[in-house]
Amino acid sequence: MTNALGLAKPRAPRRPAARRSNFELYSWLFMRISGMALVVLVLGHLFIMNILDGGVHRINFGFVAGRWASPFWQMWDLAMLWLAQIHGGNGLRTVINDYARKDATRFWLKILLYVSMVLIISLGTFVIFTFDPNITD
Amino acid sequence: MTASTAEQTSSSGSKGSEPPVPEGAITVTVKIRRFNTEFDDEPRWDSFEIPALPSDRVLNLLHYVKWYLDGTLTFRRSCAHGICGSDAMRINGVNRLACKVLLKDLLSAGGKPTTITIEPIKGLPVHKDLLVDMEPFFEAFRAVQPYLINYSPEPTRERLQSAADRERFDDTTKCILCACCTTSCPVYWTDGSYFGPAAIVNAHRFIFDSRDEGAEERLDILSDKEGVWRCRTTFNCTDACPRGIQVTKAIQEVKRALLFKRV
Repeated sequence: MTNALGLAKPRAPRRPAARRSNFELYSWLFMRISGMALVVLVLGHLFIMNILDGGVHRINFGFVAGRWASPFWQMWDLAMLWLAQIHGGNGLRTVINDYARKDATRFWLKILLYVSMVLIISLGTFVIFTFDPNITD
Repeated sequence: MTASTAEQTSSSGSKGSEPPVPEGAITVTVKIRRFNTEFDDEPRWDSFEIPALPSDRVLNLLHYVKWYLDGTLTFRRSCAHGICGSDAMRINGVNRLACKVLLKDLLSAGGKPTTITIEPIKGLPVHKDLLVDMEPFFEAFRAVQPYLINYSPEPTRERLQSAADRERFDDTTKCILCACCTTSCPVYWTDGSYFGPAAIVNAHRFIFDSRDEGAEERLDILSDKEGVWRCRTTFNCTDACPRGIQVTKAIQEVKRALLFKRV
């Protein structure tokens, strides 16, 4: 008997053998540590960008060029980019695992997620390291 | 079978005439989610008007329906005193044992008409009405090896343990496997392969037992993809447990044991 609720096929009829992997443990731990780091990084970033010295109105090409002349702010932004992307990406991976009902949906949503993560991380990293303050035109 | 006896019996037992309404009884509406998988395409709601005393339990209301109004109503119950864990169901949207919830705690304020909704526990396949297939639940329970594992030579006397050692897993010994916690867990609703709170509670009971030597094995099993790391600490399980077990705390203790590699 098959019907919409799939009653003839109880869920999880057979449990696959444990893979003995610590991946979920490390991903859980990473979420806690990166979360704490991001509180400092993001709030600091928001404070500098939106409140300090006239806030958002003073931001222009020169301001960004000035900040990225210092390796400290380069590293700050780099850390924020990587941590936020991986933290958010891992969070979304969890949400997809929790809520996607079909294996195919789960697979494609995750592919979309990972591709967007790689794209944004590489683009951001590329900009931070190759930014040229003397660009003309 | 003659017409007169047909009225007295049904396929699921005898249907008696309604007993006299006791003094002080209130009429409440009981709305039950019915589903006969052999005939119905989808579940439906049935409502019954039942005279009941405030001191009655929800189980009494179900008995009233089954014994006097509709003998086809199907649900599990055995001891009816909160020990066997058979009658877990979703009462007014929360998982409870029908034999432990009193009507007086469900009555509307100010004497307004009371409606009590009763549904099967979520996340397990429904067989009929309030009766669900518990096999996925017990499969997860068995998978955590909920029995004593000890490789040392068997002692000639009992295995002794200090009171402090016993105290560590005292809370999780109370589990009656009613499935209230596991079927209140949102992660379990969408992912039936998650072990669920009850299995973790029963693993906890042996992991933290000083007489047991299988902790590493069980921790390995629970560190897997469908193990403790799926817990979102929503505390639904702790709220649902009819035995008052601090379920979420037990799950966190297993996480801590995994994190620091120390039991």
